[in-house]
Amino acid sequence: MNGAEFISLSLPPILIGSFAAIACALPGNFLLLRRQALISDAISHVVLPGIVVAFIATGTISTWPIMAGAAIAAFISIALIDAIRRMGGIESGAAMGVVFSAMFAFGVLLLEMTNTSSIHLDVEHALYGNLESLVWFEGQSWASLLSFKALAGLPPELPRMAIILLIIALLTRLFWRPLKISTFDDGFARTLGLPTGIIGLSLMGVATISAVGAFDAVGSIIVISMFICPPSAARMMTNRLEMQIAWSVAFAIISAVLGYVLAGYGPLWLGLDNAVSAAGMIATVSGLILAMTAIAGPCRKRAGVPALSSG
Amino acid sequence: MVLGVATRNGRHVSEDASGHSPLAIRGLTVSYGEKPVVFSMDATFESGAMTAIIGPNGAGKSTLLKAALGILAPLSGKVTCFGKPLSRQLEKIAYVPQRAGIDWDFPAPVRDVVMMGLYRNLGLMGRIGAIHHEKVMSCLARVGMDGFADRQIGRLSGGQQQRVFIARALAQCADLFLLDEPFAGVDVATEKAIVKILKELRSNGKTVVAVHHDLSTVPEYFDNVLLMNTTRIAEGAAGETFTQSNLLKAYGGALARVQISAAV
Amino acid sequence: MLIEALTLQLGYNATLVAAGAALLGMACGATGTFLYLGNRALISDAISHSSLPGLALAFIAMAWLGMDGRSLPVLLVGSALSAFAGLHVINWLSAKTRLAEDAAIGAVLSVFFGLGIVLLTVIQSMEAGRQAGLEDFLLGSTAGMLWNDAITIAVGGALVLLFLTVFARPMAMVAFDPEFAAVSGIDTRQTVMITMGLALGVTVVGIKVAGLILIVALVTIPAVAARFWTSRVRYMVVVAGAIGAACGYLGAAISATVPDLPTGPIIVMVAFAAFLITMLVAPGRGVLAVILRHRRFQNRVHVRQGLLALAQGQPIYERLTIRLLRRRGLVRADGVATEKGRAKAAIALLDERRWQILRSDPAHEVAASSYNGLTPLESVLTLDQIAEIDKALRLEAVK
Repeated sequence: MNGAEFISLSLPPILIGSFAAIACALPGNFLLLRRQALISDAISHVVLPGIVVAFIATGTISTWPIMAGAAIAAFISIALIDAIRRMGGIESGAAMGVVFSAMFAFGVLLLEMTNTSSIHLDVEHALYGNLESLVWFEGQSWASLLSFKALAGLPPELPRMAIILLIIALLTRLFWRPLKISTFDDGFARTLGLPTGIIGLSLMGVATISAVGAFDAVGSIIVISMFICPPSAARMMTNRLEMQIAWSVAFAIISAVLGYVLAGYGPLWLGLDNAVSAAGMIATVSGLILAMTAIAGPCRKRAGVPALSSG
Repeated sequence: MVLGVATRNGRHVSEDASGHSPLAIRGLTVSYGEKPVVFSMDATFESGAMTAIIGPNGAGKSTLLKAALGILAPLSGKVTCFGKPLSRQLEKIAYVPQRAGIDWDFPAPVRDVVMMGLYRNLGLMGRIGAIHHEKVMSCLARVGMDGFADRQIGRLSGGQQQRVFIARALAQCADLFLLDEPFAGVDVATEKAIVKILKELRSNGKTVVAVHHDLSTVPEYFDNVLLMNTTRIAEGAAGETFTQSNLLKAYGGALARVQISAAV
Repeated sequence: MLIEALTLQLGYNATLVAAGAALLGMACGATGTFLYLGNRALISDAISHSSLPGLALAFIAMAWLGMDGRSLPVLLVGSALSAFAGLHVINWLSAKTRLAEDAAIGAVLSVFFGLGIVLLTVIQSMEAGRQAGLEDFLLGSTAGMLWNDAITIAVGGALVLLFLTVFARPMAMVAFDPEFAAVSGIDTRQTVMITMGLALGVTVVGIKVAGLILIVALVTIPAVAARFWTSRVRYMVVVAGAIGAACGYLGAAISATVPDLPTGPIIVMVAFAAFLITMLVAPGRGVLAVILRHRRFQNRVHVRQGLLALAQGQPIYERLTIRLLRRRGLVRADGVATEKGRAKAAIALLDERRWQILRSDPAHEVAASSYNGLTPLESVLTLDQIAEIDKALRLEAVK
């Protein structure tokens, strides 16, 4: 592969994949420590009905209505899960299972009934994304990176994902202390006057933004692995939250880059003709990283007993 | 609003001065589901004194503390701190939660946990300077944990973990210290060390309130006692309140077992 | 049309689907109850997602051997093997590392699913993969079932139900209180494995109908709905099984009336509707019942507190308390107690005093434990016992 081919075909997907992975891993660290890791499972499943409803409402598959629809669906699911958990006294895992599976079914049903499958909006896209198709035809050489005209031809997912990542990184930095304190000791955080309920909901809101931004590139199911695997692997490496975040970002980048490269070129090395799903391979690589850290990470063992569930 | 059994003595803060009590609780009811665990509770804590909240298991001691602090939502009742609603006086309060409710596997070293006590000084983005590090280390030194600043909190013994929490409370520079079972599951040396620190706080004019379960040490450690079992049973100076008849009212049949186990 | 479908008059194929879906729904609902009680509802999501790589590998293996890759039993064996591996990884991660079970579930389901998708793209590039129809396993089949598929599902569902009836007692005990079960001599590890095995069984069997993303709904929703109707495990299993069966049957019948309506999502929507109705109106634990009861309860607390304050001449701080007392004609607009209010206050105070005597008497320890500020003493003691207490009360007054 020469430089030009790399820049136009591989650089954009690699960057988008990495940005998406980091954007998910950042809130993922806190969700993991709060025992809410599976909320990402719920959020990423309900993206589908959101897209379908947005498509039916607007009649187009343009980006913003679809992202808005996905985000609204995610917020509805979070509210529903919370309502069922509180009002029905149902354990949160079960409440999630009820809500996201029902909403997903609703999405599939709507999709089949409106026959939208004729348009380029199919379940498979929502499930495994289209990372490979995000190419940059104007990117002819490294010099294109300095040409405004060429840069204008970048796939729009790239600047979008970059902005989302920037916002999430800034929010994480700005609210670092309240997040850390309320994640560690909710009761103490309240006596400091921190609005712990709002902090918890905002964290899920941020996770929703990452998930919605990322599903377009890497697909909704694979998003879950970026929320959970890099932070989990990072947890096996360190006993400091700051270092855990750094490790998770590193693991997210490694998963995205290595996953993309293996998906594109791995089959060729094995003598197969066609590339395999990049999103699937990214998830697989993140799983392999987790497996390695779980077997040999320096901090893989539990330190101290987990908190009692009832106080 | 409960019956007139509370010992009202000269030492104890009376109703007219309650506007200035560090912590005054009026008619507080908290329930889990349909069962009140704290019912129509009144309590007025004396300024500059150490008060033990005692009562049998399930008497609602921790619940009282959490509801007073707004961690749990009460069904009814009012809580004031130095005469104002408690929610506006939080900077005067340091709270030490029960150790059992914490995930000690959390990725943070001792130093970070104590630094959390400085959150009110630091705010969202305030820079952590040498002065803050010194404060953290001096608080750790007071509890004898300065040698453990960089150890992960899960790799401490129960007593050491409790000392770290005390250090975090010290860092808050509060006037009112509320502790939930500070001696539960800690070694004797830690217990003595914590009592010593709490007594120092008192001699500096601070108010200390602790949920406590070891009846045998009550008179030795505390000035005042709030005896409760869902409602207030008795309240006042330890010498007058901590009596067999009041204990019997609070513990009922459980008293014999508690005292026998304490004697053994 | 729907009536005909419900009464099995839409022909052979629709009848087959409805019967199969009902059986599957019953097996899923009953199995799901044990998962829900053990706080493991989402394990079924992990099982279903982690079955994908095995499914794909089974297809590839069959294609290599020159067989038709669509043989359902072989595909199901492949799914079961990889789901089994997924379960083991979850167990290992949560037991041997610091990862909590929920994170382990999420990690396994997403990674196995990702691997499965990689393998699916391999299949798509294979000559035999063009018409593999493996997409059906993701979202459930849109067309009707074949006779062979129906037989597989019926046999699988029946086997699961059989195992359930045999192991119901130990599984219920372990799900409810593992420590007590262990003390009672039950091998908890083995029982958990059986529960997981059954979950694996229904999931793998159900994948063809519901699709692997939606099978979690059939396992979770009926069990959660059943929880609103009863707290006894034995009834819960039956209710969940019945809800599952009804939803499977109804959903299959509805989908038979409209061409190209996918069976799986319809069944899930029917189940969700049943859940919503249940959650709102179920007696006891339903939301409406709970809200009503909570309001009544809060009012009782306030009135009682207000009466005790009146009886002791203390000020009432809370506006809600005063409002409730006024509405009941117990105080006047100026906050002074009425005749009726004074009488009721005196009764409340006497009750409270009697309780105090009772609670300090070691002989009444059991009765004392039911004190919560609201329970009237008459509901705990006999009249004779109360007379005894009144004697003690008078004695104390003399002192």
